[in-house]
Amino acid sequence: MNALRGFSAVFYKEMLHARRDRLALVFALMMPLMQMVILGTAIDTNVRQVPTVVFDESGVNQTDGAALSGTGVSRAFLDRLRNTDTYRIYRHVDSDEALNREMVAGRARVAIKIPLTFARDLMAGRQAQVLVMVDGSDSAVAGQALNVASQVGLDESLQRMLPGDARPLIDVRPKLMFNPDSRSPNFFLPGLMAVLLLFVTTMLTAFSIVREKERGTLEQLLVTPARPLGIMLGKIMPYFALGLVELVVILLFMRFAFGVPMHGNPVLLLCLATGYVFVNLTIGLLISTRANSQAEALQLSMMTILPSIFLSGYIFPRDTMPLVFYGLSYLVPATYMVDIARGVILRGAGLAELWSNAVVLGLMGLVILLLAARRFQRMIV
Amino acid sequence: MTAAILAQNLVRRFGDFTAVDDVSFEVAHGEIFGFLGPNGSGKTVTIKMLTGILPLSGGAAFIDGLDVRTEAEAVRSRIGYMSQKFGLYDDLSVLENLRFYGMAYGLRRARLQARINDAVARNALEPYAERLAGRLSGGWRQRLALACAMIHEPRILYLDEPTAGIDPVARRQLWDLLFELSGQGITFFVTTHYMDEAERCSHLAYLYYGQLIADGTPDGLCRLPEVTPAGTRRYGISTRDAGHARRVAAGVAGIRSTTIFGRSLHALIEDSADIDDIARALTRQGVVIDELRPLVPTLEDVFVELSERRQRELDGAA
Repeated sequence: MNALRGFSAVFYKEMLHARRDRLALVFALMMPLMQMVILGTAIDTNVRQVPTVVFDESGVNQTDGAALSGTGVSRAFLDRLRNTDTYRIYRHVDSDEALNREMVAGRARVAIKIPLTFARDLMAGRQAQVLVMVDGSDSAVAGQALNVASQVGLDESLQRMLPGDARPLIDVRPKLMFNPDSRSPNFFLPGLMAVLLLFVTTMLTAFSIVREKERGTLEQLLVTPARPLGIMLGKIMPYFALGLVELVVILLFMRFAFGVPMHGNPVLLLCLATGYVFVNLTIGLLISTRANSQAEALQLSMMTILPSIFLSGYIFPRDTMPLVFYGLSYLVPATYMVDIARGVILRGAGLAELWSNAVVLGLMGLVILLLAARRFQRMIV
Repeated sequence: MTAAILAQNLVRRFGDFTAVDDVSFEVAHGEIFGFLGPNGSGKTVTIKMLTGILPLSGGAAFIDGLDVRTEAEAVRSRIGYMSQKFGLYDDLSVLENLRFYGMAYGLRRARLQARINDAVARNALEPYAERLAGRLSGGWRQRLALACAMIHEPRILYLDEPTAGIDPVARRQLWDLLFELSGQGITFFVTTHYMDEAERCSHLAYLYYGQLIADGTPDGLCRLPEVTPAGTRRYGISTRDAGHARRVAAGVAGIRSTTIFGRSLHALIEDSADIDDIARALTRQGVVIDELRPLVPTLEDVFVELSERRQRELDGAA
């Protein structure tokens, strides 16, 4: 108990600070919701309606003069592409140059050229070629556009080769588990929860000690018999409560405003997330003992938050990271939280699957708290 | 009886820089100990070592007989500290500040409430009880800061420039309070730049760039032979242009040194020189003397003289 001396005094004071600083409170509670609304409604990672330009040469030699309208077979082929919902053909052009121009200008992500001989070759039972050019600057779009095009080509070929009512011998039936409609919010929001909490909780404590340093109250606090660990915990606790409230608000919003289904137990999620909130608060404290000004604290926070987001697997899958970064990602608390959130919310995972994440988070928090207390003790010069 | 504060060969280094260099002094219970020195001379560093928040690089310090290095916690409950910045939380009210510091010193329930009530009554803070500390004027902030520093009834109080930026009336009130409390046996360790405040202390020490160069009562310091060396006497020369007079005096035989105080020049005159000869020599070179009279050295004379001597020693060594 001795090591925690000063806890109740600091807790009392921090509660008052939190209550007085309405702006910070509103900021802490509202910002995450705003970001959630923006990301939840704006982001759709499913590639749909990619702007596509077409140069269909196959009808040029026909005598009816409908030079650009292609042939029946080419139109049928383009319709099939269109029906996948992946391509939005916004324009037909009549030259290779024009096709190129659209791509370079960035108006088209995909350019399809159906050559002169397309219809003739098909009718004759020869292999017909279609050129599909894809803008590789966005890898998600490029991958999807290529896959769908090949798929359509393959399907079309099979149907032409197989006799009347024959079926392909292997019927692959893919089933997208946990997120059957492949809705982006379902995938993005649980991870976003981890990121939003990361921002809010780290920032809440990052200023707490350096502020006292700037205002000159720190030395006054240091001459009292309050102990570093007591002061640290007293500073964390009010924000810990705030972090949990935040978490509940985010969860409710996710469930009812965005309709993300909750497959697991929300109470379990809350319990597992307490460790995460705790770690972030201690990281904020550690930053606060290092920074010499509030501006510096803000920079240091950003320096820890941004890499955390990228390494956590929230945006880029961890499995495809280079080995070094994959290893580093284990040091990032957000990694464990993203896993917990997706696990409970999307996969319906329980304590049996996720307990180790919570243990790691708790241990991290404890170690960082002790580090912060140690640094705090040595701050006085 | 053990000393309230005992500093033995205190040393504090920051890298290559020695901020406090072999400083020793002793403060008895109930004294008002004035700790003086130019800015940056190491006063605040010394206080931080004596409160146990800054480790010593060398030497030892005892508060009420307790070693600050090994019994820091016991020391902390016996001392109060009011920093230059007062250490108040601007977004907390007067009562909340008092309550917070009381709790930080481990006071609880009835005793905490009694101490808060006492602090409010003693410092006439009732009308401002609910006001935020950030909205108090300088004098009231200082009162509140002192009340916070005393909430746990310390026997020894460190006040680091308590009257900087405070109006004269508030300054006077603070000193009246200090006298009253010191009468009750409370020891004060006060740093200040005001000579009139220094004169009110019962014990003075002067720190010059990390080294203690004077230690004694105000009267004792004024009679120091270094201040008025054997074979010299001190005169005040009132004149309209003290700067001009000082430049002239530098070339007059029999004047050992001079210091400007407002519109007069304080001069150390050698006993062998005749004061009338000196007055004539000054007048000849255009100094209009309004008044010429023998002086008892003031504390300011003492500190200026000691600082200059010390600086000459330092320059000589280098």
